[in-house]
Amino acid sequence: MTGENTRVLVVDDEEIVRESLGGWLQEDGFQVSSAPEGRTAVEMMKRDRWNVMLVDLKMPGMDGLQVLEEARKLQPEAAIIMMTAYATVDTAVTAMKLGAFDYLVKPFDPEELSLLMQKVVAQQSLVRENAVLRKALKKEHRFRDLVSKSAAMQRVFELAQVAARSNSTILVLGESGSGKEVLARTIHEESPRAGGPFVAMSCAALTETLLESELFGHEKGSFTGANARRKGKFEAAAGGTLFLDEIGDISPKLQLDLLRVLEERKFQRVGGNEPIDVDVRIIAATNKDLKKAVTDGSFREDLFYRLNVIPVTLPPLRDRKEDIPLLVEHFLDRLEAEMKKRVKVSPEAMGALLAHDWPGNVRELRNVLERGAVVAQGDVIKPSDLGLAPAPARAPGTNAPGEPVSLEEVEKRHISEVLGHTGGNVSQAARLLGIDRVTLYSKIRKFQLRRDGEESDPSGN
Amino acid sequence: MEAIHLWWIGEKDPGPRTLEYVRLHLGRALGAPVRIWEDPARPTDAYDPRRKQWSTSRILAWMGTAGPPGMVLAVTDQDLFIPILTFVFGEAQLGGRVAVVSTARLGEPGLPDPRVALERLAKESVHELGHCFGLVHCDSPGCVMARSPSARDVDRKRGDFCSKCRDRVTRSGGGAT
Ligand SMILES: Nc1ncnc2c1ncn2[C@@H]1O[C@H](COP(=O)(O)OP(=O)(O)OP(=O)(O)O)[C@@H](O)[C@H]1O
Ligand SMILES: [Zn+2]
Ligand SMILES: [Zn+2]
Repeated sequence: MTGENTRVLVVDDEEIVRESLGGWLQEDGFQVSSAPEGRTAVEMMKRDRWNVMLVDLKMPGMDGLQVLEEARKLQPEAAIIMMTAYATVDTAVTAMKLGAFDYLVKPFDPEELSLLMQKVVAQQSLVRENAVLRKALKKEHRFRDLVSKSAAMQRVFELAQVAARSNSTILVLGESGSGKEVLARTIHEESPRAGGPFVAMSCAALTETLLESELFGHEKGSFTGANARRKGKFEAAAGGTLFLDEIGDISPKLQLDLLRVLEERKFQRVGGNEPIDVDVRIIAATNKDLKKAVTDGSFREDLFYRLNVIPVTLPPLRDRKEDIPLLVEHFLDRLEAEMKKRVKVSPEAMGALLAHDWPGNVRELRNVLERGAVVAQGDVIKPSDLGLAPAPARAPGTNAPGEPVSLEEVEKRHISEVLGHTGGNVSQAARLLGIDRVTLYSKIRKFQLRRDGEESDPSGN
Repeated sequence: MEAIHLWWIGEKDPGPRTLEYVRLHLGRALGAPVRIWEDPARPTDAYDPRRKQWSTSRILAWMGTAGPPGMVLAVTDQDLFIPILTFVFGEAQLGGRVAVVSTARLGEPGLPDPRVALERLAKESVHELGHCFGLVHCDSPGCVMARSPSARDVDRKRGDFCSKCRDRVTRSGGGAT
């Protein structure tokens, strides 16, 4: 092992430790520097890049955990190894939770130190490899079917690319329409399982029994209506990836069943007793706050930890508006292929798209553009073709000051606005408004609203 | 070139064959004359009673003044340490002129053939002197400059340098052929 390109910082208040460890590391060819206290180390982190830091836990002044915390902020890619004289598992565990790479108990066993440094060098070359990858992704602004140039999404792409290589369970979090399913599909396609099937399954909307048999399959006669033996999604996805959408919605019993499957990597068909081996990578997704669901007891904590092995959070579109022009380009390309005509977006329309809040995220944007392309006269989409609510800065239902309006007027404007937000999606608007769809339809009729939120044109359009 | 000195600073008498074997091996690997240095002085200050081991850095510092001029390799049967590690087989001043190796952990009890321990000592001796010639650890398969934190690792490598390391020794004044 040689560490020629690896820069190491040893942080310890004891000079003999800095010297003996520094000397040992230099013999391996590492470029070694040292700091006698936490504060100096932080200064050195601000000035230079370090690949590896060996940090003593117990130091006067700024202690090792504080140095670790600073390092995670200043140099998140550096591998931090904690050195401790006390083999207290809890400090080590705290350090690992805070992102330490590993820890060593003083004095170190030479073989252990040697193996650990080899591991670090391997990890750091992976980091370097990813940096190259990141540059490539940045240039392209896309990751297969996913388009984005925002920094937050670039991080998601990198994480996804690395996660794809492992077989670990992945939990994708993000609002509705933010791209959870495309991301899951992309991870599958990037993974060694790409040759196997990608099976997607929404866990919402189905009754417990139905969902159970959908997932695990059933034996003939296991319940009324089970006329034949049927394979479930777990079997259908064998050798591939199973995408479980809306995982936050499953019942306590199914949560337990799923936990068992994840733990034992085996399951049984409903009404069967032959254990079947699970050979799927699971990617779960939800737009719910699962941590909160765990706190309020509606979601099992053990299952949460099983699923949350690699969490990936997709930021909502409103937090990455720089992606909008890129996505517009992407969707118009697709529309061109379908409609055999090239439509453009006028600068004013682009302004409206950028100003919009996008509660329905990328899906809403796609719908708005599709509609706009159809409605547009000629080949330019104008603001009026988009059907977005104007002046988004205005709080719903407010009026110019000193101009009182009726409750009914407020209701009408608010509904109109929400419909604009959802791009005319009534179910989504109903959810946002907290009323059922039938009620919303009757209100749309009553107020003579168009589905996209604008008032109907009496001349008919 | 100037002779390299080999100096026994251990407790028990190593017997004539041990040092002679190391001397011949070093001469071959480094291509330099190697002479035995005899002096009964011992680095008593280097003993750490708490660890019951001998500090290599203190031994190396002592050798600088107590020993002969030029490159010196001290050999001992005492257990060596550096503060951060539980033990070391040996240590050298990187690019310096003093190095030390110990037999204490090279021959585990019950080792079927005593020549194995001797072979390990010869390899570690070349290795530490390699550091004096400024060499750092080497990845080339079998090179004596490979990091070897366990006796198993020592057994896995050869007793001489790879061509890359040999070039460096030659360039920095060694006469390896
Ligand atoms: N970054 C992106 N680049 C290109 N298309 C995207 C991107 N993100 C989402 N889309 C598109 O937006 C639509 C919605 O994405 P997707 O179905 O993956 O969302 P979701 O988060 O799974 O939604 P839900 O929670 O409602 O199931 C899809 O047509 C998808 O192709
Ligand atoms: Zn060495
Ligand atoms: Zn070599």
